[in-house]
Amino acid sequence: MSLVEIHGINKSYGSVQVLKDVSLDIAKGEVVAVIGRSGSGKSTMLRCINGLEPVQAGVIRVDGTQVNDPATNLRKLRQEVGIVFQSFNLFPHLSVCDNITLAPRVVKKQAPQAAREVAREVLARVGLEDKLDAYPSQLSGGQQQRVAIARSLAMRPKLMLFDEVTSALDPELTGEVLKVLESVAKEGMTMILVTHEMGFARRFGSRVVFMHEGRIHEQGPAAAVLAEPKTPELQTFLSAVLH
Amino acid sequence: MIREFGLIDVMYLIAAARWTLALTATAFVGASLIGIVIAIARILPFAPLRWLAAAYIHIVQGTPLLVWLFVIFFGLPLAGISVNPWIAAATAFSVYGSAFLGEIWRGALVSIAKTQWEAGASLGLSLGEQLRYVIVPQSIRVAIPPTVGFLVQLIKNTSLAAVIGFVELTREGQLTAAGTYKPFAVYITVAAIYFAMCFPLSQWSRSIERKLDVAR
Repeated sequence: MSLVEIHGINKSYGSVQVLKDVSLDIAKGEVVAVIGRSGSGKSTMLRCINGLEPVQAGVIRVDGTQVNDPATNLRKLRQEVGIVFQSFNLFPHLSVCDNITLAPRVVKKQAPQAAREVAREVLARVGLEDKLDAYPSQLSGGQQQRVAIARSLAMRPKLMLFDEVTSALDPELTGEVLKVLESVAKEGMTMILVTHEMGFARRFGSRVVFMHEGRIHEQGPAAAVLAEPKTPELQTFLSAVLH
Repeated sequence: MIREFGLIDVMYLIAAARWTLALTATAFVGASLIGIVIAIARILPFAPLRWLAAAYIHIVQGTPLLVWLFVIFFGLPLAGISVNPWIAAATAFSVYGSAFLGEIWRGALVSIAKTQWEAGASLGLSLGEQLRYVIVPQSIRVAIPPTVGFLVQLIKNTSLAAVIGFVELTREGQLTAAGTYKPFAVYITVAAIYFAMCFPLSQWSRSIERKLDVAR
């Protein structure tokens, strides 16, 4: 069974339709890179999957639970779906440890000591175990994004969404974040990444999905799609980003 | 009989300033309790609640405080509810303050980026938990300087309570001036006492503002 099922979703902002009849199935353990021009609807689709954006038509299911059903407990769903944002969105008033343990303590009712142990463990996974008691403002952009990934991991999600997580970083800092993404992918996490990192998509993506004007225009195995794009739109897009 | 304006009168004025502070403190607590409800009602995604809170703010800010003092002190007894000057003043100032604090705090709450709400929601926090753990702690930093600034206004404005006979610093000044025929000396003293209460607060507010700037 697919972990994520998207069937015929439509979404408009006023008169602008940003998602047009989008359908996508993602199996457990897949690493899906969603690429496309800005404004093609890729970030919007990602945000629909954890219910941050409502859809006007269609069905989204995560692990069998329908996301766009008013009766669905989004609070429960979101414990299983982590999301990492372009702008990190760490809580600036909280230490790294509190950023990571807030949701486990408040939502999952973990004891503070146990939550701190989890924080230590996930920080080790992103290579920042020495920053447990630092504040976000004391960290570089790359480190902040790694903490944001750790914060998501601490909830033990089944699925992780990444919304252009390297786009706000200086080029020399993207490497350390991509390394973390790589290790998360290798651990078997199901991941959907909206990204401009074609190299990452090629090496670690099990599938590439190209979005164009609100539709899924082309998709397939990462290496094949990137090496031999079939549609002229994807060819144009790839030649623009690769050169 | 006319008496001199002496040290004893200054002592009386300072004693009356305690009532100014008591009224300010009571009104501030009352205004805070109503104000926090108003501020949160204005930012939650429930339209009727927002309208109600906005209407409350418009009505209170669109009418003079003095009129409210009169309505409560002279109007309510006609409806069979007797109020003493202390209750009337505390009520009127609480209502007046709540509209301003409500607006100040609403501004502080909306100054926190929408992405902070999203980050909280994405981690499974409920709306209340997002407010409590993410939004309110951050907005307090923003809210402190204007809140202290408002407190200074409140101290000065409590002088209006003198018109319904509540004996605080200004009313005591009126009584002293009437007894001594030294209005200039008396009111200068009154002004000095107000200044002594307000100035340290304004300074404190400024030092907090500077500290928060550095922390950013």
